[in-house]
Amino acid sequence: MSATERHGLMYWQSRSWQDWLYALALLFGVGYAQQRYSAYMDSYEQIILLFAAPTGIALGWSWGALQRLFVGSAVLALFSISLYTQELARADRVFLLKYLISSQSAILWMCALYFAATLVYWAGLLMRSAFALATATGLTWAATVFGLVGLLVRWYESYLIGADVGHIPISNLYEVFVLFALITALLYLYIEARYATRLMGAFVLLVISAAIGFLLWYTFSREAHAIQPLVPALQSWWMKIHVPANFIGYGAFALAAMVASAHLLASRGVLATRLPSLEVLDDVMYKSIAIGFAFFTVATILGALWAADAWGSYWQWDPKETWALIVWLNYAAWLHIRLTKGLRGALLAWWALIGLLVTTFAFIGVNMFLSGLHSYGSL
Amino acid sequence: MRFAISLLTLVAIASVIGTVLRQNEPLANYLNQFGPFWFRVFEAAGLYAVYNAPWFIAIMAFLVLSTSVCIWRNTPGMLRQMATYREGIRESSMRAMAHQTEFACTLPTDEALHRATQYLQAQGFRLRAGATGVLAAKSGSFSRLGYLAAHSAIVAICVGGLLDSNVPLQLKLALGEARPASSDTLLSQMPASARLSADNASFRGNTLIPEGGASSVAVINAGDGVLVQELPFTLTLNRFHIEHYSTGQPKLFASDVLVTDRETKQSFSARIEVNKPLQYRGVTVYQASFDDGGTLLNLRGHHMLAPRAQPLQLNGRIGESAELRYDGATYRIEWVGFRPINVENLATVGEGGANDTDREARGLFGRVRDQMGSGREGMTPRELRNVGPSFSYKLRDAAGQAREYNNYQLPVQIDGRPVFLTGVRDTPSDRFRYVRIPADEALGIDEFLRLRAGLLDPSLRAAIAQRFAANAVRGGSVSPALQARLAESAERALTTFSARGYQSVAEFLEQAVPEPERDGAAQIYLRVLQGATWEAWQLRREKDRLPVLDFTPARVQFVQDSLNAVSDLHFYGVPIWFSLDTFDEVKASVFQMTRSPGRNLVYLGCVLLVLGVFAMLYVRERRIWLLVRDGIAVLAMQTNRRTLDANETFARHQHALMALLSTTSSSKGAVHERH
Repeated sequence: MSATERHGLMYWQSRSWQDWLYALALLFGVGYAQQRYSAYMDSYEQIILLFAAPTGIALGWSWGALQRLFVGSAVLALFSISLYTQELARADRVFLLKYLISSQSAILWMCALYFAATLVYWAGLLMRSAFALATATGLTWAATVFGLVGLLVRWYESYLIGADVGHIPISNLYEVFVLFALITALLYLYIEARYATRLMGAFVLLVISAAIGFLLWYTFSREAHAIQPLVPALQSWWMKIHVPANFIGYGAFALAAMVASAHLLASRGVLATRLPSLEVLDDVMYKSIAIGFAFFTVATILGALWAADAWGSYWQWDPKETWALIVWLNYAAWLHIRLTKGLRGALLAWWALIGLLVTTFAFIGVNMFLSGLHSYGSL
Repeated sequence: MRFAISLLTLVAIASVIGTVLRQNEPLANYLNQFGPFWFRVFEAAGLYAVYNAPWFIAIMAFLVLSTSVCIWRNTPGMLRQMATYREGIRESSMRAMAHQTEFACTLPTDEALHRATQYLQAQGFRLRAGATGVLAAKSGSFSRLGYLAAHSAIVAICVGGLLDSNVPLQLKLALGEARPASSDTLLSQMPASARLSADNASFRGNTLIPEGGASSVAVINAGDGVLVQELPFTLTLNRFHIEHYSTGQPKLFASDVLVTDRETKQSFSARIEVNKPLQYRGVTVYQASFDDGGTLLNLRGHHMLAPRAQPLQLNGRIGESAELRYDGATYRIEWVGFRPINVENLATVGEGGANDTDREARGLFGRVRDQMGSGREGMTPRELRNVGPSFSYKLRDAAGQAREYNNYQLPVQIDGRPVFLTGVRDTPSDRFRYVRIPADEALGIDEFLRLRAGLLDPSLRAAIAQRFAANAVRGGSVSPALQARLAESAERALTTFSARGYQSVAEFLEQAVPEPERDGAAQIYLRVLQGATWEAWQLRREKDRLPVLDFTPARVQFVQDSLNAVSDLHFYGVPIWFSLDTFDEVKASVFQMTRSPGRNLVYLGCVLLVLGVFAMLYVRERRIWLLVRDGIAVLAMQTNRRTLDANETFARHQHALMALLSTTSSSKGAVHERH
């Protein structure tokens, strides 16, 4: 038996019964979806569904908390769906739906909980309270559960509005802002667990709160939360992989920028005794930019492949495409400088922070100020 | 490297300019925007088509070149690095490494190295023994291939992209292989110099095909002119489908086409949709857009302010134009467009304001509660309804000035009353100003036409005035003198109003009535006008052998709306209103046709890029050396990344090896049991 085979066997043997149960549940869920809803999916979407099982299993096995998130959200979402009994209007009549787990209510709870988590993280950081920090982590998890439930139920609601209206809720600026908050929070929670420190939460949750602030403004003053049908250009399986990949990129870049700001403060002595060491901050910054860059590369390529189908050219210097290239070049240069020149410290932190401005412009600025093919993401 | 970074920065800045400044607009727009001086400067810098500017292409080419040189220079060294174990390393080099340590090793050298080999193999290392009691181990060294993959990817993508850009076309133009023709040349009369043959390897063009029509060419814009690209097949459009959601947003654009190979003459049917292009003979055909393919409209033109003129019967085909004579002048009427469906938000505008204050009153908590629930609808009431077909046309006078009109075929409910909407604007940047022509009880136009015929006909005026006066005083004892004055003012009201609507009424009042009494006088005047109009309508009905109508509030409203419409029609340009009787819709589909020889190269580059990026960022190269001599072991580790987990990894290996190498034979059995 070779070393790698032995290594592999140990991997399977070290799985707990929860791991297996989780995998089984996921396989069952995918099988059920395939069996029951295959008429709604084209072959590519069925392949995506098929890949969702091993991806979910691998993610859940390498990070146990994710299993609980997925299972918990799925149970809540299914419960919510069962309360609807196929009638959308019940969202306004059934108490639990109206105030807790209909899509809009869950998303509003998510907003409230992320705000609360931000405050408690700051309290914990400033008062050096481990209890407060642990509470903040709990709040962040709770917010994430609500956000995920909100999106899942929204997916279901879109089909209640009309079979031809139904679609995955990552199709407009409102929905992707929820996705952005979720992904950024999850990336952060992973780093929190991995580095066993809750001290960066105060900074990372700030950017999530900013996104939530925008989301609320968008909901209350623009009524952007209304589920809209998909225009023909968006009716494609590419959306299901292009958008999430992109938002892993955006989320990771945002996280890196917030950690960079903590780094900059700490290196000037502000909060230095409360924050993790500069080495840790530097490492987190690098890791999240590395994650972000890899996924952003994939997302941009997926976008190009999609554009080739939808717009007739994989690249036509549309403002969104061009800004994606600028973001990509920016972080490519960042990684180059760090990896080949071995540069660290304040310069890279400043650069990561400015990188967030560039990313934000590519994310919303382009939609607000420039016109182009990506106009369905407009304000 | 530094030079490459500055070039990349330049590319980024150029890209920003390209997104901020709209690209490839007509030159006149830029001239307007920047004035003559900066227009020239920017034009010289190629900023109106940045991505095709020679300097931009040159930078890209240079980047490709320098990346290639980089790959060329680094590859041999990288491959050598990958292959080597550096088993001949010296102790002093090991001790100079960032991660190195020394610990006691009581085992014989052979046994120690054997145990270490077992351990490191289990950890995924590949090993080679050195001559002097040195064990060299490495893992993940193929991450260096990531460098090669990622950098070759850049070259592949840029070269592929260049092949598919419009550089090949520019080259053709520069070499004089093709000469664009003026864009208003008919396709059939295109000279051979403006035609590109079907075996052209790289092109991007468009073609518009009406339903039932066919095309075997695509049109390529080149500067101010066009080129015609021959296709290896003929595309016939059988049907174009467009479907809408109930909200009016488009749901489906699809073309049913017949593809006929021009060489083999064989045909097959296909459907082209957005996101589902057709590929044939290396050409990709996309559903790009749609248009009107020449819908035929059967129209009636009503002379709104000339009641005795006969209505015009005419046909108009979208895209064509005809001559129209009115009042001694000649106009060209250009049929611009036709829309079979118009979904409009008919929620009453007034309610929105009330709703806002309502919302304020509900307070924060109430507003949050409003937002809870499903993601279905917003709070602002929306009443979306398809209000039916509309068409637009332009009337161009002899001086070339054109007014644009937009008419709806069916009456639209506005403020609870059905009206025919007809919009007019002087320039395309204006919004349409709509005249509301009230529809009658049968939702037709007849009663309005009848009313305005009575209202505007001077020969009926005296009779109308008499009837008005008689009816106004019926039942009361009024002197004949007063009755005569009533009749007189009715007649004057009709005459004044007929001149230029409310404007002449206002002018008259300004002249005849002193300021303090004007408001009261205006009210009486309008009441007289309304009453007289009623009589005019009824008189006209009598003459058409129709019964006189009963007086109802709705009909009074109809008279008022009619007066408003007639007054507005004075500001309508040529006062002929076209109503649409029937239509025969012909749609057209716009396809984009491309041949992209570089596409597969670009896709290969994408695959390499992903592999390269992941290999570079996520495969960690680790090299470990172990030297055992004289009762001590020296352990050193080298990584390609200085990250925190390198420290952890080193500490882990150090502890494991220390435990393995410094223990007695009791643990030896344990080690051997494992495999």
